[in-house]
Amino acid sequence: MSPGARLVAVLGVLALVLLLVGAAALFVGSAALSPGAVLAALTGRTGARSIESVVTLSIRLPRIAVAALAGGALAVAGVAFQALTRNPLAEPSVLGVSGGAAFGVVIGQSVGLGFGVLGAAGLTAFAFAGAVVAAGAVYLVAGAGRLSVQTLLLAGVIVGLFFASAITVVISFVDVNRLGGVIHWLLGNLATIPPASLGLFALTAAAGLALVLPHARELNLLALGEEAAQQLGVDAERLKLQIFAGAALLTASVVAFAGPIGFVGLIVPHALRLLLGPDNRLLVPAAFVGGGIFLLAADTVARSIVAPAELSVGVITSFCGAPFFVWLLRTRYRALL
Amino acid sequence: MIVEARGVGFVYPPARRVRPFRLADLTFGVAAGELLGVIGPNSAGKTTLIRLLSRVLEPSAGEILLEGRPLARLDRAEVARCVAVVPQGVPPQFPFTVEELVLMGRFPHAPGRYFESGADRATARAAMAATGVLELATLPLDTLSGGERQRAVIARALAQEPRLLVLDEPTAHLDLRYQAETAALLRRLNRERHVSILLVSHDLNLAAEVCDRLLLLAGGRPVRLGAPEEVLEAEVLEAVYGCEVHVDKNAASRRPVVQVVWPDAGGR
Repeated sequence: MSPGARLVAVLGVLALVLLLVGAAALFVGSAALSPGAVLAALTGRTGARSIESVVTLSIRLPRIAVAALAGGALAVAGVAFQALTRNPLAEPSVLGVSGGAAFGVVIGQSVGLGFGVLGAAGLTAFAFAGAVVAAGAVYLVAGAGRLSVQTLLLAGVIVGLFFASAITVVISFVDVNRLGGVIHWLLGNLATIPPASLGLFALTAAAGLALVLPHARELNLLALGEEAAQQLGVDAERLKLQIFAGAALLTASVVAFAGPIGFVGLIVPHALRLLLGPDNRLLVPAAFVGGGIFLLAADTVARSIVAPAELSVGVITSFCGAPFFVWLLRTRYRALL
Repeated sequence: MIVEARGVGFVYPPARRVRPFRLADLTFGVAAGELLGVIGPNSAGKTTLIRLLSRVLEPSAGEILLEGRPLARLDRAEVARCVAVVPQGVPPQFPFTVEELVLMGRFPHAPGRYFESGADRATARAAMAATGVLELATLPLDTLSGGERQRAVIARALAQEPRLLVLDEPTAHLDLRYQAETAALLRRLNRERHVSILLVSHDLNLAAEVCDRLLLLAGGRPVRLGAPEEVLEAEVLEAVYGCEVHVDKNAASRRPVVQVVWPDAGGR
């Protein structure tokens, strides 16, 4: 099979699974709607203001969209950071980049941002700034130049802890009412967001993807080392900057709209690597759809497992991700450490 | 001349805890179809020379010409279509298959393409056949032996269809059999594909056997350039390496053979 045909087949299968999981998620939730009622709302046979219609179309559907987008963005950010650092265990939350973005959001909220599309855009900008600062700090702490796998992870943990403390400091200084639901959000929480904000989220995530996807072939060459990539014709400096900007933007958009959800960027790329191999030209697009599937499934579990209460989706991803990280470390990457 | 260095010099930017290193007055050329060996002790400037020839570094003095054109004015893809570097190894983090690795050599021929074309795949298959790794095409690199991996990396360089093949210590981690295989492979590629070769090696005897001419570097300066028997003279090597050596002739090939005279070896 030609690589192009393989990509189409992979994306087709993943899209079908996403559709099925999304459809299933429409029927699950704290409001007790019968499957018939959901179907009636979907086909427009109920009034626009009926409970069935509001719950299905204005609450569940946008939330499904947020979950799919956020999961896709995080998974692509994971692939991008892994290729950029040539470290298969790198990921926005492990690298502390999510923590930096979260600190940016908390600062943004404490100066009064957060309402409407403009507020959301402002928070995304603060999150991006935080992500860039955190990634820069990791680079400095780990010592610029050749980063070993361990040093980079250690630097990420240190930076992540620092920003977690910084967030606590800000929260204790600011009136808690102004930081509505911050604790829930800090664990990673997919809430229904208004259509305009959802559009903004989709745009920023798409921009991040557009910075990474066209360079997937060059990312393969970067895996040979920066010098080898240059000797094969890659402008490595420009490539690294673009990939870094893309990964930071993807991370920042998710953190701004859904909070620092951990481990998606680790679980999804590695699961896909087991199936597809290390070729980033397959991995990047597959991770975008596969990440959506994973986070959507995790969110559906999070909002039904303790119904009528709700878990933060970040709890589910961490419960899956932490053991997965240990398993990767002890089996597949033992030789690298 | 495929590549020509004219009075090339290079100084690494000063850094703490790193001893300053400079390369100076380097003038040499590699003719079409020639096999030139670059030899010399550690920190002679061999790796720096590879980086300069592949435009990873820019010379601070003099200039390098690729087929008559100044290297500094070519973009990276143009350089990669002319000069292919075989590094010492492949990083183990992401285990690509042999075929995926070899196809990477096609990148400089169409950097804008997302997937390689059918013609690219044919070129890659021919390169794999030339180094004898075609039957390993679908295997991940981390399942290969050292010698097989080396031949896969050489195939990747051949897929670039270069005029000049630069090899960095190709036998460094290989046992005797693979050293002999590599030597034979290089000579065959040079003969059959008319590719010029610049072989950087610690192994004086390999270089003497394989190469038409040798360039001896020491402390960032050229010491001698010429036929193996002109360069591998006992007095020259003793001055450069700081140890006693004995130079003989290989009975079969009539090429020089260098042996270290081990200190105190006669006292036992």
